[in-house]
Amino acid sequence: MAARGGVGVEADVAALRAQFAAGRTRGAEFALKNLKKWMKPQKVSASLMTFPSTAMVTAEPLGVVLVISAWNYPFSIAAGNAVVLKPSEVAPATSSLLAELLPQYVDSTCIKVVEGGVAETTALLEQKWDKIFYTGNGKIGRIVMASAAKHLTPVVLELGGKCPVVVDSNVDLHVTAKRIAAGKWGCNNGQACISPDFIITTKSFAPKLLEALGKVLEKFYGDEPLRSSDLSRIVNSNHFNRLKKLMDDENVSDKIVFGGQRDEHQLKIAPTIFMDVPLDSGIMKEEIFGPLLPIITVDKIHESFALINSMTKPLAAYLFTKDSKLQEQYEAGISAGGMLVNDTVVHLTNQYLPFGGVGESGIGAYHGSFSFEAFSHKKAVLVRGFAGEAAARYPPYSTAKLKILRGVLKGNLGSMIQAILGFPRGK
Amino acid sequence: MEEKPQNGGSFCLGGLVAGVREVHESGRTKEMEWRQAQIRGLIRMLTEEEDAVFDALHEDLGKHRVESFRDEVGNLVKSFRNTLQNLKKWADTPLISFPCNAMVVPEPIGVVLIFSCWNLPLGLALEPLSGALAAGNAVVLKPSELAPSTAAFLAANLPKYLDAKAVKIVQGGPEVGEGLMEHRWDKVLFTGNARVGRIIMTKAAKHLTPVALELGSKCPCIVDRINSKWECQVAVNRIVGAKWSTCAGQACIAIDYILVEEQFAPILIELLVSTLERFFTKPEYMARILNEKHFDRLANLLADHRVASSIVHGGGANRKTLTIEPTILLDPPLDSDIMTEEIFGPLLPIITVKKTEDCLAFLKPKPKPLAIYAFTKDEKLKQRIIAETSSGCVTFNDAIVQYGLDTVPFGGIGASGFGQYHGKYTFELFSHRKAVIKRSLWVEFMFRYPPWDEYRMRMLRRAFRFDYVSLVLGLLGLRQHDFKF
Repeated sequence: MAARGGVGVEADVAALRAQFAAGRTRGAEFALKNLKKWMKPQKVSASLMTFPSTAMVTAEPLGVVLVISAWNYPFSIAAGNAVVLKPSEVAPATSSLLAELLPQYVDSTCIKVVEGGVAETTALLEQKWDKIFYTGNGKIGRIVMASAAKHLTPVVLELGGKCPVVVDSNVDLHVTAKRIAAGKWGCNNGQACISPDFIITTKSFAPKLLEALGKVLEKFYGDEPLRSSDLSRIVNSNHFNRLKKLMDDENVSDKIVFGGQRDEHQLKIAPTIFMDVPLDSGIMKEEIFGPLLPIITVDKIHESFALINSMTKPLAAYLFTKDSKLQEQYEAGISAGGMLVNDTVVHLTNQYLPFGGVGESGIGAYHGSFSFEAFSHKKAVLVRGFAGEAAARYPPYSTAKLKILRGVLKGNLGSMIQAILGFPRGK
Repeated sequence: MEEKPQNGGSFCLGGLVAGVREVHESGRTKEMEWRQAQIRGLIRMLTEEEDAVFDALHEDLGKHRVESFRDEVGNLVKSFRNTLQNLKKWADTPLISFPCNAMVVPEPIGVVLIFSCWNLPLGLALEPLSGALAAGNAVVLKPSELAPSTAAFLAANLPKYLDAKAVKIVQGGPEVGEGLMEHRWDKVLFTGNARVGRIIMTKAAKHLTPVALELGSKCPCIVDRINSKWECQVAVNRIVGAKWSTCAGQACIAIDYILVEEQFAPILIELLVSTLERFFTKPEYMARILNEKHFDRLANLLADHRVASSIVHGGGANRKTLTIEPTILLDPPLDSDIMTEEIFGPLLPIITVKKTEDCLAFLKPKPKPLAIYAFTKDEKLKQRIIAETSSGCVTFNDAIVQYGLDTVPFGGIGASGFGQYHGKYTFELFSHRKAVIKRSLWVEFMFRYPPWDEYRMRMLRRAFRFDYVSLVLGLLGLRQHDFKF
């Protein structure tokens, strides 16, 4: 771990503590309030075919669940199961905090924290689980799923992607710039799976957007952003070097139009904006996961759709516009885990919406009742009585029986009555 | 059985997959009219080609047409009609919360691959197919090569009744299945055994393809002491039906074995035998064993002399006609293969316990089955079974019928698989629930943005607690202090 300044660390941990406290309470309180409702068996209609009967779907815990969390937003919620939580080793302070605090607040016989790196995770994955929940990147996601396959364990994979932000000219520019900046740099300095990854806007609008972003960034972080305690640092030197490489690519470095400062000692990179980097450059091919923001320009805003659809499906897709037609077209034409119009990131906080990816950005969803669902088994329960015995179901088979069955499966009341009354009689 | 030659080579598969993907991306499969047309096409196919279907199922498995209608054709048409009726409702976007406009929009997951099994070769192919189409996807179907007549029927007829560019059938053996899994899919549904299930999921992991696995299991049937003679007979009718009249016991949700109080066992056996005689008056009323391989597998289960000596009825077998008599065994050893492997055939072990409640302890260490059946009028026992056991589903006082109920999910848990379908669950299985929020640009909360300070922290706490009153007061500059959570 690289040495870092005291102020930076305090800010990190304090921010994370606040996140943790807020996140924990919010999600947990929502869960607590609604838990009784979610746990209640759901009565469903039993068809006339199985008359008389009652049917319901009841939720039961899956059993023992493994939760492997990533390092940027290290806390996730599970329900009703025994849980082993393996926090990311890339955020060691948080990991040990969790290991220390969690047993004090929850039933430590049912909820365990296992710290460690690759070796520990591999060992955990060898075990049989009733479900595995993994947050992280696609490469490890594949390894997790392949390990799960050995035991036929279902998985939820919350992965990443390049979350595009399409910015139309028909917007409130200042608010738009603020919300993009908050989502990009206000969330762990771009190191979040739902951070805006890159912007697509028209050639004519780009300069205005750039100017607005610049103004907002100055307001947020001052004119020496590397010295601002509000700017999170890059998590470790591996990632710092990865981002440095993206920035220093010869086809990209000359496209910097804002920022570009970095401090290896502090592991800090300032908010940096690029204009029209080549689409085949590293910064446009991989998920950035950092404070670098490419702006790609197009002639007409609708061209953004084709560009987004040429990439793998992201976790979130953002659009800023007041034009409701464009909103509709975006919603219908783009597939992503989630979509947010005229804001970034905040859909994460809506406990009523499923949060999860699709395609390369993941499998399964959670938050609110969806977490409950992710970690429960919907068990169907059908209760029949002994009345309504239909001889038509059983051999010896005959044309008469076939006739009745046809009627029953068609929902024909007459046939059903015949069936229930035991026709054809004497067989 | 001879394997059908595969559809070209892996190049053809690549072309096929790319072609289907192109159709899906054109947006055609998303249209509501298109989806409805596919479902109607399926209904028409089964109605117009019913005789051909009966012939194919008879050829593949020796199924009587009434059984085929009851378990496959009739059930499917009913399910398709239910889908047609409800499709618009399922696809509608529910408004979840306000004040910002938030919704969950179901969208097609994309290009779906379905592997079906040989025992209900029509049902296990068309039930998921109809749901996948209803959800707006393009589909590739790989029917089991072990039921070749049905596979050929599907290959010949599906293109006639459905959009042949968006729905493809690929015939062939395991190597074709493996070839298909080399490609990326948006979802794969596999019905079959655990061994192949593992292979499918491992290959799927390479592309992060989500899978649903419908696997096998030993479905136990608890039979409580039933005092009424008539009710007892009804129970036995249903047990006999569920064991032997559905593909001769070759069904994932067939009753695998019975658990009963030892005192009640003789009565039960007597009733089973008399009912068998009443029902199966002709050999054609029971399907045959699939092939020699499965025949030998079943014969081997009985070869263990400890098992053979526990036979109390039946046991006769004819390899030429691939028939095995309905066979009942009383207390074969619990470590024998017949009690550790899924039987998937017309052999019914009866395991006795001292009292019915002991069944719960018996079931606890066992792998979770697709279904647990229990014939009982004891309400307390019913509650205990629901609460203390785990299975895909629980059905009281009947068996198998849950398969035809469109309102409950069908699927396994643990060793019996994961992922559920039937009815709207199929629609959901093959949809992506996209969260969509629309915010307005004019409502702005400054405390979302840096520079950070205690004021912002306070306001965020209030927002997360949904403490609107304090929030508003804070915005107005009042209420400086908060209680900690």
